[in-house]
Amino acid sequence: MLQDKDRIFTNLHGFESWNLGAARRRGVWEGTAEIIRRGPDWIIEEVKKSGLRGRGGAGFPTGMKWSFMPKDQTLPHFLLVNADESEPGTCKDRDILRHDPFRLLEGALIAASAIGAHVVYIYVRGEFYNEAAILQQAIDEAYSYGLLGRNAASSGWDCDVFIHRGAGAYVCGEETALMESIEGKKGQPRNKPPFPANAGLYSCPTTVNNVETIASVPEILRRGANWFLGFGRPKNNGTKIFCISGHVNTPCNVEETMGIPLRQLIEEHAGGVRGGWDNLLAVIPGGSSTPVIPREICDTVLMDFDALREVQSAFGTGGVIVMDKSTDIIYAIARISAFYKHESCGQCTPCREGIAWLSRMMWRMVKGNATIDEIDMMLDITKEIEGKTICAFADGAVWPIQGLVRHFRPQLVERIELYRKNARAA
Amino acid sequence: MNGRSFAFNAENMARARKAIQKYPEGRQASAVLPLLDLAQRQNGNWLSIEAMDYVAKMLEMPPVRVYEVASFYTMFNLKPVGEHLVQVCTTTPCWLRGSGAIVEACKEKLGIGMGETTPDGKFTLRKVECLGACVNGPVVQINDDVYEDLTPQTVEKVLGDLEDGRKPVAGSQAGRTGSEPRGGADSKERT
Repeated sequence: MLQDKDRIFTNLHGFESWNLGAARRRGVWEGTAEIIRRGPDWIIEEVKKSGLRGRGGAGFPTGMKWSFMPKDQTLPHFLLVNADESEPGTCKDRDILRHDPFRLLEGALIAASAIGAHVVYIYVRGEFYNEAAILQQAIDEAYSYGLLGRNAASSGWDCDVFIHRGAGAYVCGEETALMESIEGKKGQPRNKPPFPANAGLYSCPTTVNNVETIASVPEILRRGANWFLGFGRPKNNGTKIFCISGHVNTPCNVEETMGIPLRQLIEEHAGGVRGGWDNLLAVIPGGSSTPVIPREICDTVLMDFDALREVQSAFGTGGVIVMDKSTDIIYAIARISAFYKHESCGQCTPCREGIAWLSRMMWRMVKGNATIDEIDMMLDITKEIEGKTICAFADGAVWPIQGLVRHFRPQLVERIELYRKNARAA
Repeated sequence: MNGRSFAFNAENMARARKAIQKYPEGRQASAVLPLLDLAQRQNGNWLSIEAMDYVAKMLEMPPVRVYEVASFYTMFNLKPVGEHLVQVCTTTPCWLRGSGAIVEACKEKLGIGMGETTPDGKFTLRKVECLGACVNGPVVQINDDVYEDLTPQTVEKVLGDLEDGRKPVAGSQAGRTGSEPRGGADSKERT
């Protein structure tokens, strides 16, 4: 279990104030200028060495992403912090925004200096009104103490930070949709290439990072890459905030080491599965888009990128959704399909039409009002959608159904047979 | 709540100008979300065509671009809504924690169905997709505030308070500070 001394997010639960005084007592803004003065190459190299991978779901190595930014400064560079946290099962960035905003601002300044950006936009989902209000107060306080603006934190780097509030669209968490949204358009993803590092916000070099990723950076640089690298397994290093929701005794957010066994995570931090481990049906391990895994896999699986990929699921955001045996698993996944149908931006036909089609099929599967053949037809449709759209939204929308069919086909068949039996009786 | 002429009041005009300044020169369209949000707040929590046209003019955008944005993002109401917009999260994590019973309790307490507004215009009831507070589910958002760890009894109390003109304290209705495990705040989870 992660020891208190190794936690990055020491005010995750808001037991202390978020304000500057309290943040400083937690070590935020300690030696920030020295870190920045060591220069972009050192910062990027150290972040690469630490093994930090993006905490927003895709898990792309952060240092490598930063290294893609051009050295040339003819065009302004931008850092966008993705706080459009909307993946069902995920509610970690919210805690950073409202309980430890200075850790995020310090990380934003350091990251901005590393990628040559003087302007940072933090894109906060619109529903997080109170969280954005706290973050704005923190930004104002940071400016008044010289931690942002000209020569921010006496680092020699000029850095302005602004909040851009969204207005209710899950897809704006996709990095190019996020840029479109900041440009004042509908949040519809762009084709890549060009990649954001070459042509992002306002067609200028841009890096987009998740809140947790950015907020982890200062502590990694203060303690050294090897400290962070010391947690977890190769290529799956560091600590991570997990969100444990659903059928557990005490749902919570907790920071733990990467690679913690799923069972240990649930039992030690979330009070165990309601009714005991044997009452577990399945877990969605990394936010709603990651394929469901049944109990047999949950018994032993580790919570990291590689371990979950090996069991045909994904680590995603670390949002663990626990379902006990009372769950109608078909409904649980149908509701997720309905979510994706609602959130599709409508730009690509396979996504707009296909996900709506799947959603309608899934609601019939809930009732059992389908034929056995349609289970495979549904699977075929998911394969026809996957990889055929501009962004990864559609992939994330079809994975839950693939997971359901992979592990719960007998339940789908049983539901259909029961429906037919009842229909005949009527 | 008429749909006629709209203009920012002095306070919102100052806010709007400040919002535009966040973006590079010539990129004023970037301020369309904050300006629509301000307009909606000033206009009784919905956007009339006149309000959208006003924002379009201020940002030098074709009106249709503004309509496009306003209709894309779910937080913009293109029709009048009640004074308290009650949005019940029913996505899977909240559903697992009993959002079905919360929906029923809200319908019962307010005497209206989903998507409806009470005759006195005080409440509009809606289902909403994931609000990003999953470990505190089930949750309901009412205007800017999220009420968490709800039971049918506590959501009725929240609505009752609003009916009586009191503002209930947002956040956990089960005594949690934030996302810590309930009753389990020993050393490892305290931080």
